[in-house]
Amino acid sequence: MDADAPLLAVDNLTITLPAGRGRTVDIVENVSFRLDGAEIMGLVGESGSGKSMSALAIMGLIDAPGARIAGSIRFRGRELIGLDRRALRALRGAEIAMIFQDPMTALTPVHTVGWQIDEQLRAHQPLSRAGARARTVELLGEMGVPDPRRAADRYPHQLSGGLRQRAMIAMALSCNPSLLIADEPTTALDVTVQAQILDLLRRLRQDFGSSILLITHDMGVVAETCDRTTVLYSGNVAEHGPTDALFRQPAHPYTAALLDSIPPLRGTRPRRLPSIPGAPPAPSARPPGCPFQPRCAYGHVACETRPSLLPIGAQQVACVLPAEGRALPPRAVLSA
Amino acid sequence: MIGAVLRRLGQTVLVLFGISVLVFLVFFATPGADPTARIAGRNASPETVAAIRHQYGFDRPLPIQYLHLMDRLFITRDLASYVDHGEKVVPEVARAAPVTLSLVGGAAVIWVTVSILIGTIAAAARGSVLDRALMMAGLVGISIPVFWLGEVANLITQSRFHTSWMFSWVPPLGYVPLQDGLWAWASHLIIPWCTLAVLFIGLYGRVLRADLVAASGEDFMRTARAKGLSETRVMLFHGLRTSLITFVSLFGLDFAQLVGGGALLTEVVFGLGGVGRLTYQGLVNLDLPLIMATVMYSAVFVVVANAVVDLFYLLLDPRVRDGR
Repeated sequence: MDADAPLLAVDNLTITLPAGRGRTVDIVENVSFRLDGAEIMGLVGESGSGKSMSALAIMGLIDAPGARIAGSIRFRGRELIGLDRRALRALRGAEIAMIFQDPMTALTPVHTVGWQIDEQLRAHQPLSRAGARARTVELLGEMGVPDPRRAADRYPHQLSGGLRQRAMIAMALSCNPSLLIADEPTTALDVTVQAQILDLLRRLRQDFGSSILLITHDMGVVAETCDRTTVLYSGNVAEHGPTDALFRQPAHPYTAALLDSIPPLRGTRPRRLPSIPGAPPAPSARPPGCPFQPRCAYGHVACETRPSLLPIGAQQVACVLPAEGRALPPRAVLSA
Repeated sequence: MIGAVLRRLGQTVLVLFGISVLVFLVFFATPGADPTARIAGRNASPETVAAIRHQYGFDRPLPIQYLHLMDRLFITRDLASYVDHGEKVVPEVARAAPVTLSLVGGAAVIWVTVSILIGTIAAAARGSVLDRALMMAGLVGISIPVFWLGEVANLITQSRFHTSWMFSWVPPLGYVPLQDGLWAWASHLIIPWCTLAVLFIGLYGRVLRADLVAASGEDFMRTARAKGLSETRVMLFHGLRTSLITFVSLFGLDFAQLVGGGALLTEVVFGLGGVGRLTYQGLVNLDLPLIMATVMYSAVFVVVANAVVDLFYLLLDPRVRDGR
């Protein structure tokens, strides 16, 4: 164990799935990012960009037959790829926990919420039944579940979506993990509940010192919550950087286009929201050059080769424009 | 709770009424079903026939006959067979019921245990050679006719290899009640149990495997694995526990059907005087009292089994509990 190592370091992660008839397809290509202690990082991208796949790879939960995972995922300096199942299991749920998008389906319908949290506690800690339940009730209370003692005895279908997601978070946090992976934790919830859950996630960092990898497609959520942001496009990293810098001056045309597609709060509203023409390429039909090139307004000959990540200021961008001296202009800051 | 029980009782009475009326009408609509001639015997004089017709009430209107039959079946319980020298049918059914219950109950224990084992192992080893071998064996089990399997089992254990050490313990065919000793009872039934269970092991094993495989793609299974639980625990406490809901409903139907007389072929092959055989006998002789008694008995079991399944549902699935 290396004390100086970042909490999580993902380097050149490539996930290859079989595509039938002996062919394979790279769902995620050479993705790298790191996460430090008590940091919230957003992993942004549209559906199919490989963000959830990357998260599942960190958890060691990709079990599709024939899947190949290459590269390196180090947690506190310890390599997770190829780690034996037993060691991975001890880590899962205890050191690295995950909450999922849809709390309606992510809890087992036939067990009470409390039973399911107890189960995780007792899988990792030598607790008695009563001891586990006491901790469960305490956790539910901390997550803002009213009357946690009764809530623990309820089945998932008896709770509202917001309460269910709080129970999921309580379960994920039950063993004080140092890393929490939240895969679109608010997508299935309505807006007020969304805000409460995001608030809860921000408090986790203060109260528990947890680092959070927040996977989302919602730039608004990123702006409110994340210290740093990694933008994925079609299985590749498009851009990295501190969230405010990235929002102020996106260096990748894709990031800029994503930000443009949010309706402005002030000033004149556009008659039509700008949108990115076309659709992201299927992983099997990715162009050899920049994956965004076919949809990019700035596409030119230099984009025919795959760009590597280049530092510009505090950001890193997989785009040739800054190196050509044609960096994108800064944007008016969204929310003052 | 009391309301639910009363409602269930009311349903039972309605079901029994419907079935009995149906059986009754079908019987009298069957050509050559008139029992008078058979009771009177061959070459009976017309006077004797008329006397019997009157004595048994066959000359009265059908609704009266029906009520009379029901009265003798349920209230006075002295309904006599039309053929077997007037043997009382209620005690006959009461004698056959424990035989069938012993046979089906034991087989059910075997088939539930083994099919859960097979289904779970196959689902856990999905796609492997083991999985394929188990499912293939299941298909073979489903396809083998039970009477053939029973005869082969008899051939092996009763004659061919009866003297070998392996099967020398196998007693002759027939039924020995439990009161005569546990081993005497069980040893007479082990071979029939296994024979009857084979079909259901194959069926249930395959159904359970399919259910478990479907469940393995569910979000909550991923959550369970993300919690750091062992694969065994995920499989048993999350996958199997959820899949048991279908399993139980299937079991309730099959069990009731068998207890109600569906194990006829097994009973015949192994010389067990159970309800199935009794029903068959009643049908062959067109013996209305016997048919009526066995059908009523079987209907009661189906209704009771359904009630038990519903109860299990409540225990297994909290979502159903709230839906009521």
